[in-house]
Amino acid sequence: MNRATRRKATNTIFVGLCAFATLIALGALVLILWSLVVNGIGGIDAHIFTMDQPAPGSPGGLRNGIVGSLMMCGMGMLIAVVVGILAGTWLAEYGGQTPYGHAVRFLNDVLLSAPSILVGLFVYELLVKPFHGFSGYAGAVALALLAAPIVTRTTEDMLTLQPNTLREAGMALGAGRGFVIRSIIWKAAGAGLLTGALLGFARISGETAPLLFTSLGNQFFNANLTQPMASLPTTIFQFALSAYDDWRRLAWVGALLIAVAVLAVNTIGRFVARETHRS
Amino acid sequence: MVLPFRREWAMDSATIDNAVAIRPVRSQNPAAETIFRGLCFFAATLLLAALAGVVVSLAIGGWPAFRQFGFGFLTSSEWNPVTEVYGAAGPIVGTIITSILALGFALPLALGISIFLVEFCPHRISRPIAIAVELLAGIPSIVYGMWGLFVLAPWFATHIQMPIMMGTDPNSFWGKLFYGIPNGANIFTASLILAIMILPYMAAVFRELLLTIPAQVREAAYGLGSTSFEVMRQVMLPYVRRGTVGVIMLGLGRALGETMAVTFIIGNAHGFPHSLFDSGSTIASTIANEFAEATSEMHTSALVALGLVLFLLTFAVLATARALLAGQKN
Amino acid sequence: MFGDMHMFKTFVAAAGVAALFASAAPAADISGAGATFPAPVYAKWAEMYKASTGVGLNYQAIGSGGGIKQIKAKTVDFGASDKPLKPEDLNAAGLFQFPTVVGGVVPVVNVPGIAAGQLKLSGPALAAIFYGQIKTWNDPVIAQLNPGLKLPEMPITVVHRSDGSGTSFLFTSYLSMKSKGWADKVGASDSVNWPVGLGGKGNDGVAAFVKQTQGSIGYVEYAYAKQNHAAFVLIQNKTGKFPQPEAQNFAAAAAGARWATAPGNYLLLLDQPGANAWPITGATFILVYKDQANPESGAQVLKFYDWAYKNGDAAAASLDYVPLPLAVKNLIRKQWVANVKAGGKPVYEAK
Repeated sequence: MNRATRRKATNTIFVGLCAFATLIALGALVLILWSLVVNGIGGIDAHIFTMDQPAPGSPGGLRNGIVGSLMMCGMGMLIAVVVGILAGTWLAEYGGQTPYGHAVRFLNDVLLSAPSILVGLFVYELLVKPFHGFSGYAGAVALALLAAPIVTRTTEDMLTLQPNTLREAGMALGAGRGFVIRSIIWKAAGAGLLTGALLGFARISGETAPLLFTSLGNQFFNANLTQPMASLPTTIFQFALSAYDDWRRLAWVGALLIAVAVLAVNTIGRFVARETHRS
Repeated sequence: MVLPFRREWAMDSATIDNAVAIRPVRSQNPAAETIFRGLCFFAATLLLAALAGVVVSLAIGGWPAFRQFGFGFLTSSEWNPVTEVYGAAGPIVGTIITSILALGFALPLALGISIFLVEFCPHRISRPIAIAVELLAGIPSIVYGMWGLFVLAPWFATHIQMPIMMGTDPNSFWGKLFYGIPNGANIFTASLILAIMILPYMAAVFRELLLTIPAQVREAAYGLGSTSFEVMRQVMLPYVRRGTVGVIMLGLGRALGETMAVTFIIGNAHGFPHSLFDSGSTIASTIANEFAEATSEMHTSALVALGLVLFLLTFAVLATARALLAGQKN
Repeated sequence: MFGDMHMFKTFVAAAGVAALFASAAPAADISGAGATFPAPVYAKWAEMYKASTGVGLNYQAIGSGGGIKQIKAKTVDFGASDKPLKPEDLNAAGLFQFPTVVGGVVPVVNVPGIAAGQLKLSGPALAAIFYGQIKTWNDPVIAQLNPGLKLPEMPITVVHRSDGSGTSFLFTSYLSMKSKGWADKVGASDSVNWPVGLGGKGNDGVAAFVKQTQGSIGYVEYAYAKQNHAAFVLIQNKTGKFPQPEAQNFAAAAAGARWATAPGNYLLLLDQPGANAWPITGATFILVYKDQANPESGAQVLKFYDWAYKNGDAAAASLDYVPLPLAVKNLIRKQWVANVKAGGKPVYEAK
């Protein structure tokens, strides 16, 4: 076999392997989604959104969990995205190569791997125990602590990859460093930053353990962040491991809702980003 | 007006060293500059403080256990809540094995997927497929756990474990490697689930990295007549090498700390796993399993100490990975 | 796009939205946390209670350990535990505990040819199986207890709980009672160093493994055994009989128990006397402070459980829980007056 044929063959094998890898991932997704849909779709009706968590045998829905999750995830993501992007920017643009910067980066990666239950415990010591009460705020902070490292990591990686020519061009026009970052670099890395945020959201959307120690959960509807709040993952966790069929069905519905929410946020997020870029 | 010279701005471009403003512009407000830089620094420090806080609270909570068992806590595999003797070796070994296996499965898959989506996939379907892969990240981990327990484990037991058990001599090397109760709940299947869980994060970030490579770089390589494989291997992958480290850290981080998905399917035996298909436990699964019900002070302290050990483990793994990769850089 | 002004505007908008949500909405009046076992029945009772009195009781199942920790940290109005605290621990923490509802632990098997309720085991035999001493189903000890039953020569796979749980605590306490070897070498706790077998997470995990593995034996809460139509095992009780694992037989165990003489209500309903008493039964407990800092919330908690004692029996039974006998309930009511006080006066007196 001469060299050209060998190179071509290697290439074909390579393409085949990459396609195969994609098929595996898609296959796993289909299998898991299939379980979700088969078990969850039967339980979806208007009640899910209008009624609160029931006791076994009573009619009910997931309203309090949905509202609680929206509020705590929303607030958590707000904190995580702000802190994460700013911190990632500092690492990429300002002090990333200093010893302090190395420490921050390294410890950020360690925080990434923290079992969520331990982060929840920390927030419990900080925001629950001293105040003698569980609250939605504590839950939001715990979620923020889990999403922020992902956003930071991704932000730093994306920003570092932007070519220096962009920075030089901006500064040559007389713009200040910060202005260059905000108006040029952030825009250029926009898609990557968005990915970081979406991944952070995907992570915290299904987190249970930290919420158990911070927001506790609530059987009734509560939109007051200073009180214990329900959330979909904690409800799912409680219902899925119970003996009652109606509770288990609600658990699958809740899981399906979370997956759909992540899909919706991903799709909408990318759509909005594409539209903004176009203009 | 001359821009004050700052050392940190001297990246690898001489132009910035000599940057001189032509005329003051609104975008050059020094106060805004300082505030912005200060905010960024504050955010980074906030993260550092948060982590320091977590470590401190773990150290305080775990101190009674360390004081009681000393270094033996790390080497003993006896975990007995009744006699209040705790040793973390079993979960430590389980964590290391499952994380390495999961990363080993997930990394090539993630690379393959992102390369496929960026290079070979027809443009129209690449975005939906990318979103589909990211959707894997959005499935709550408890669903992974339940799917693993009710779907993967029985399938694995019938279609993989049984045939292997039938086909190998129990005393041979392969027999010993694959020995285990055929119910699909072991460290191997737990690693498979973990791999599927960390896959979307790695694939998504890696895809973004590849998309950032300027078109000229790729086109130049293609212009020279390289095949896609060669362009990828010799041009694109080296370009994103630093980002690849980040991708690996992301995946490793998730694998080390993942709880729910692993707990359902790892069999949760406290000792050392004796084979690939044996039950085991990880640090995260042990904490998740026992924390809620742990009533005695020592039990709780031992679990918190286990959490601290996980942090130290992550420190060690990440530091080693960095050292290895730094050595590779030319 | 990210000019300073724009960022500022976004911050203000976000703060406004947050403030909107943070506006006061009526929260639950009482909060409690702890044991997972009674969570469904407490949820049912809370729902009924709110419908009838308008007072909300928010109970969350974070585990018995969690319940004890939280009541000690005073972050909840009451704690709940499947494991009763010993009198010395109660006194050290200034807590009072009382039982609310009863449940049982049922061993289940997956042995070809054996249907539900066919297999009979004694306490010592059960301990020997879980210890790993009895390794196959056709072992003479098992055969002796089951004359006429065809037992296959199949290895026994033990399935236990991987997570800490009150169910494990009850089960291992029973095994410790019935086997000195077990008591010495393994002991009783929500989480033990199991000599053999694999661990499933939750009752579900155990039930799933038993279902998937031929020749296996595990143990689950009564509700799970009933809902999943599992092949349950009959255990020999103190009088030598083999009662069915049914609600009335759990109640029989609770009725025979001597609550009045148990200090701090520390009582495990294991191996209780009575022809129909199921041997592996247990109550679940509520923990409140003896000296209430807030007499109003203390009264609310006791009022709720008084209401539940009066009106909650049917609901509990429908969820496969076993209500306490009336005599025990009246005893508890008297104990409230004597033990739960604020400033020297009892916070609540049941009418």
